[in-house]
Amino acid sequence: MTDAALPPEPGGAVTTAGPPGTAGPVAAPTTGPAPRRTARPAGPSPGRPRRGARPRGGWTPWLYLAPALVCLGGLLVYPVYQLGLISFLEYTQAQVSGGEPARFRGLANYTELFADDQFWQVLLATVGFAAACVVCTLAVGCALAVLLTRIRAIPRLALLLAALGAWATPSITGSTVWLFLFDPDFGPVNRLLGIGDHSWTYGRYSAFLLVLLEVVWCSFPFVMVTVYAGIRAVPSEILEAAALDGASQWRIWRSVLTPILRPILVIVTVQSVIWDFKVFTQIYVITNGGGIAGQNLVLNVYAYQKAFASSQYSLGSAIGVVMLLILLAVTLGYLRLLRRRGEEL
Amino acid sequence: MSSVHGPAAGGSGVRGSGVRGLVRRPWRLAAEVTALLVAAVVAFPLYWMLLSAVKPAGEIESTDPRPWTSSPTLDSFRRVLEQHEFGRYFVNSLIVAVSVVIASALIAFLAATAVTRFRFRFRTTLLIMFLVAQMVPVEALTIPLFFLMRDFGQLNTLGSLILPHIAFSLPFAIWMLRGFVKAVPESLEEAAYLDGASRARFLWQILFPLVLPGLVATSVFSFISAWNDFLFAKSFIISDTSQSTLPMALLVFYKPDEPDWGGVMAASTVMTVPVLVFFVLVQRRLVSGLGGAVKD
Repeated sequence: MTDAALPPEPGGAVTTAGPPGTAGPVAAPTTGPAPRRTARPAGPSPGRPRRGARPRGGWTPWLYLAPALVCLGGLLVYPVYQLGLISFLEYTQAQVSGGEPARFRGLANYTELFADDQFWQVLLATVGFAAACVVCTLAVGCALAVLLTRIRAIPRLALLLAALGAWATPSITGSTVWLFLFDPDFGPVNRLLGIGDHSWTYGRYSAFLLVLLEVVWCSFPFVMVTVYAGIRAVPSEILEAAALDGASQWRIWRSVLTPILRPILVIVTVQSVIWDFKVFTQIYVITNGGGIAGQNLVLNVYAYQKAFASSQYSLGSAIGVVMLLILLAVTLGYLRLLRRRGEEL
Repeated sequence: MSSVHGPAAGGSGVRGSGVRGLVRRPWRLAAEVTALLVAAVVAFPLYWMLLSAVKPAGEIESTDPRPWTSSPTLDSFRRVLEQHEFGRYFVNSLIVAVSVVIASALIAFLAATAVTRFRFRFRTTLLIMFLVAQMVPVEALTIPLFFLMRDFGQLNTLGSLILPHIAFSLPFAIWMLRGFVKAVPESLEEAAYLDGASRARFLWQILFPLVLPGLVATSVFSFISAWNDFLFAKSFIISDTSQSTLPMALLVFYKPDEPDWGGVMAASTVMTVPVLVFFVLVQRRLVSGLGGAVKD
C-alpha cells in the first residue's frame, strides 16, 4: 500500500492482494479424534452431509456473507460501474455542479486519450517503473530472506526489526523522509556522495530512481518475511535427505527449495506487480504531483491530476478504466496459473 | 567444512537448522556482517527522521548535516502540536484506523467462515471475485467514490474515509483468513454441535478465539491502509479541516518550495510511532500469521 500501507500499501498499500491462503502444500488437519466420529448418530445428519465434511447450511453462508457483500457491492462494485459509466460521458465541472446534464459521448473520451502523446508516455513510464520496482523488490526481498536463514538469532532480529520498521512506515512519511535524505541543501546523502547540491528531483530518471528506492525500501519487507516464513516451513528432513544424497548447495536450491517455494514466489510477485503498478503517494509527494512538466507521472497520478486538478472527470475515469483492465489481465493470468496447477480455491 | 551440522545457535529451533547446517562457518560470519549492514541501511531513514525531529532548527538547515546532535530539543514537536490542531488530526486518524480494523475484521471473519465451512452455489465464483476485487486500483475509484460520498452527504466526514477503507481491506482479509478458518479441525465443529452448541455459539465462542491470531495478522494490513491513506483524505475532506487526518497535517509543514523540515520530521515521527508500536505488539503474530497462512 502503498502504500500498505505498505504501499501498502503500504500504502494505500494496503489494499493488498495476493492470497497467501492458496499457497503451499495443504496440510490437512490431522487432529480429528476418532472416538468423536464414532459418536455421530448413524445416517446422514440433516443439513450436514459427510462429503467433504462441509455442512450445506442453506441460507447460513449467505447470512454470514451478507455484510461483506453489502460493503463490497456498495463501495467497490458500484463505484467500478460508475467509473466505467463516467468514462463514456462528458463530465466536467459543469456537470459536477449540476449546471448541465451529463451527455453520452460514446468512446470519444477514449479516442481523445489514445490520441494524446502524453498518455502513451505515461503508460510506458508506468509499466517500466512498476517492472523495475517489482524486480528490485523481489531480488532484495528474496536475497535477504535467504540471508535470514543463515545467520544467528541476534543479527536476524536486527534485520527483521529494521525491516518491520520500514514496513510500518506510512508511505507518506516514508516519502518525506527520503526526500529529506536526498535534499540538495540539507540532506546527508549528497554530502556523503560529495555531489554538492545536485537536485535528485530535477532530472526525470533520477527522480524516478529516488521514488524507486523509497518503494523498494517500504515493500521488500513483505517479500522478505513471507519468503522467510516459507523457507522455515520446509521440513528440515527434506533438506537433510537431499544433502545426504550428495546434492550440492546450488542443487538443493534449484531442485528442492525453489519448487516448494514457487507458490509463495508467485504470490509475492503478483502482489508486488499490483502494488507497484498503483504507486500513488510516493510519486505524488516526492515529485510534487508528477514532476516538472509531468515528467514523472504514472497512470494513477495522471488520472488524479486529470480529474481533480483539471476537472476532466471523464478523462480521469477513462485512465482508471485502462488501469483496471491491465490489472485485471494480471489477475486473470494468475488465476489461470492457479487453475493449471489444479489448486482448489 | 568445519561444521556439517552447525550448532543451531540461538533459539531458532530445529526448523531452520537444516538449511543453516549446510553453511560453512566463515560464510556465516560474512552473512551476519552483511545482515547487520543491511539492517543499518534499512533503519537509517527512520533514525534520520527521529534525529531531525529533535535537532535544533539551526542544525537541520545546515549544509553540513551530522549524524548526531549535541543539543536535542523538542521545539519541532512543540511547533507541530501547537499550530495546527494536530491532536485533533491524530484522534481523527485513530478513529478511522480503529473503526476500519474492527469492522473489517468482524465482517471478514464471517465471510471467511462462510466460504470455508460451507459448500454452496457460487462459492468458487465468489472466491474468484474476492481475488479480482483485490487488484482494483483504489485510487482509480476516487472519482466515483467522490460523487457517491457527495450524494450521500458524507463529504467532510470521517465516514467518507472509514467506509471505503472497510470495503477495500475486505477482499484481502477474507483471503488471508480462509487459511486460518480452514485450519480449525472439522471434528471440533461437529463435537461442538453434538454437545448442543448453537451455530452462533460455535462461531463466536470457539471459532473466533481460534482464528484470532489470523485476525491480528490481517488487521495489520487494514490498519496500515487506513492510517496511511492520503488520497481519500485529500479528496473527500475538502473544506472542513476539523475532520482532516494526519497525512494532511503533515503536508501543512511540507511546502515544496520552503519546507519546514524540522516540522515535517516531527510530524512524520508522530505519525509513524503508532504504527511502529502496533507492529511491535503484533510482530510475533504477524510472522507466524503469514507463515500460517502460507502453510495453509
